[in-house]
Amino acid sequence: MAIKVLLSEKKVNIILRRLCHQLIERHLDFSNVVLIGLQPRGTNLLKQLLILLKKEGLNSIKFGKLDTTFFRDDFRRNHQPLNARTTEMNETVEGKNVVLIDDVLFTGRSIRAALTAIDTYGRPKSIELLVLVDRRFSRHLPIQPDYLGAQIDALQGDKVKVVWSKSPQKSIVYLEKNNE
Amino acid sequence: MKKLSVAHLLGIKYLQLEDLHLIFETATHFKEVINRPIKKVPSLRDITVANLFYENSTRTKLSFELAEKRLSADVINFSANQSSVSKGETLVDTVNNILALKVDMIVIRHPNPGAAHFLSKQVDSCIINAGDGTHEHPSQALLDAYSLIERLGDLQGKRIAIVGDVLHSRVALSNIYALKMLGADVKVCAPKSLLPKHIKSLGVTYSSDLMQVLNWCDAVNMLRVQNERMDLSYFPSDREYSQNFGLNYERLKKLRKEILVLHPGPINRGVEITSEVADSDQAIILDQVENGLAIRMAIIYLLGSQLNISE
Repeated sequence: MAIKVLLSEKKVNIILRRLCHQLIERHLDFSNVVLIGLQPRGTNLLKQLLILLKKEGLNSIKFGKLDTTFFRDDFRRNHQPLNARTTEMNETVEGKNVVLIDDVLFTGRSIRAALTAIDTYGRPKSIELLVLVDRRFSRHLPIQPDYLGAQIDALQGDKVKVVWSKSPQKSIVYLEKNNE
Repeated sequence: MKKLSVAHLLGIKYLQLEDLHLIFETATHFKEVINRPIKKVPSLRDITVANLFYENSTRTKLSFELAEKRLSADVINFSANQSSVSKGETLVDTVNNILALKVDMIVIRHPNPGAAHFLSKQVDSCIINAGDGTHEHPSQALLDAYSLIERLGDLQGKRIAIVGDVLHSRVALSNIYALKMLGADVKVCAPKSLLPKHIKSLGVTYSSDLMQVLNWCDAVNMLRVQNERMDLSYFPSDREYSQNFGLNYERLKKLRKEILVLHPGPINRGVEITSEVADSDQAIILDQVENGLAIRMAIIYLLGSQLNISE
């Protein structure tokens, strides 16, 4: 299996800082904002962003972790069952500006599931999408990010993986080529 | 990805320990779902479930029906006393007619032990046993074990007592299987006339001294006296039964420690348990009902996920 680094540690670090500043630019003090990390991997990105936002003096940002398993459209279409992960939604989303956070945007189906799932907690005022990596030309649904780390091109069978380290400086994004 | 080792839920006896853990883990996620402002998920929107109740039921039927609806399944209900069963139709004929309507899953309660098992061999559908006579009631045992784990943590080495009409109780048998699988010590307590002959072969101990059992255990499951299944007199009177095997507040107060009290319902207040105990903080009867919904959602979700649409 051939592996190619798409975003180095340094690049990931720069992108994360930019995403933070874009969020601050749009939402200032985050008083009516809830950041929602999508399980499983979007929560890692959420964690990194919260660390950086804290450094900017934003200590009381409301956030949650959302699992979308029960809202996915491939139930009974997978040979393996879909196992859920923990949801931690302690903040109300009613009337709030919600930012959904995920690491890789691929077909858009997870985001569609998240849009339905978030409704079970209330009716947000608005929903935005932040992703670290956008796999271009692979969308099955008309979904685009509002905040974007980097766009990459990858073939259908390839896998784009983000390896998160405890500190943002050591996280990388790499491509796993499908040799079949 | 984890999946159940079975295609039907016929009894705890047929499950593995991993199945129990997977059901509990999934139920925890559904418990969060049923506490949201909107308590419904779309997973089973293309599945139809038939609830076949050949015996009376309140909470199990309501719980299964609500679980199916919370998962967005289509639901049809069938009660034997309002159907062609009274005209002489057999179980297999009834079920095959229902399946001809393109039903994917059957939840069945039947007075005959083994009815669900028999049905799983005769028809091509996913079967969930909601109680078969005096044999098994797997979803009740799963929700009881889940409620205990929620309060006591891992059940390995925990002491659980089952008190009452063990002979006629499908709850008792399923509970014994589940609790033993989870590593708990189980003791039964009942009048000798209400104990099955080979109870010790299930790996449980027995005592007829209620106070000794209550002092020994971490939690007690008080079974209902099933008068409707008693073809002869198993004890002299309700009063005498209550005096020897009924749980009242005075008995609870005399114990060295606080124990949890479970009851599968419906309660015969004043016979196996007094109102004071049933409504006390130590009783987790309403937790059992809430957990029952989450457990049944988990069971239906996990079995439903195996009904692959491409097959």
